[in-house]
Amino acid sequence: MATPKPRVKLPKSASAGEVITIKTLISHTMESGQRKDSEGKVIPRQIINKFSCEFNGATVFSCDIEPAISANPYFEFSARVKESGTFKFTWVDDDGSVYEDEQTIEVK
Amino acid sequence: MNINRRQALGLSAGAVAFAATGFSALPALASAEDADKRIADFAGGKTPETGKLTLTAPEIAENGNTVPISVTVDSAMEGDDVVEEVMILADGNPNPDVATFHFSEASGAAAATTRMRLAKTQNVIAVARMKDGTTYVDKKEVKVTIGGCGG
Repeated sequence: MATPKPRVKLPKSASAGEVITIKTLISHTMESGQRKDSEGKVIPRQIINKFSCEFNGATVFSCDIEPAISANPYFEFSARVKESGTFKFTWVDDDGSVYEDEQTIEVK
Repeated sequence: MNINRRQALGLSAGAVAFAATGFSALPALASAEDADKRIADFAGGKTPETGKLTLTAPEIAENGNTVPISVTVDSAMEGDDVVEEVMILADGNPNPDVATFHFSEASGAAAATTRMRLAKTQNVIAVARMKDGTTYVDKKEVKVTIGGCGG
């Protein structure tokens, strides 16, 4: 599988205290562990099992993920920004890999 | 992956036919019971109320592989009025767990959207727990037309 590529969309600037919407997507097959290959063997489970979003070190939103989440998991959620800073997004794979992305926002 | 789309569709259609014969009705039933048990665990023995939590899901999902769902809880997300967690369950999947969202005051609003898998027509259930321990529930039935031909 190609290395999962995270994509995050959020506004570049906001006013203090504004609630912004953040959209995240990561390319991942999210193999459920329920499917079988052409020889009838079960394809082992490999999914992203945890997603979290931090702003300046404090957790804003996180999610425990089960195999019932679609391939290329998409999450849309909101955050209240009081100051300029950096959003850090983390996806944790079943195999222990961690995929990260960072986005900055300016508060006017 | 050496399984193409045609095979995948054939397999899933076969699985549905198999389930429809009633032979594998037991696991599906167990899943509905599992879902009830998980709600009870999550709510800490209390019966969840309805109202504040809204689960949005399509009435008919043509493709059970990616069904958009969103949850919204009517909450100020400040002081004591904070949603801590929202759990999503599907009572007809092989495993009822779908996802659990953890919110915080910094979330600003208790709303989240994602895309999920549905094995067949079933109920999608969302349960929310507030900071004070109150729980809310909402349920939607989603009809899944596997094969993607609509109708």
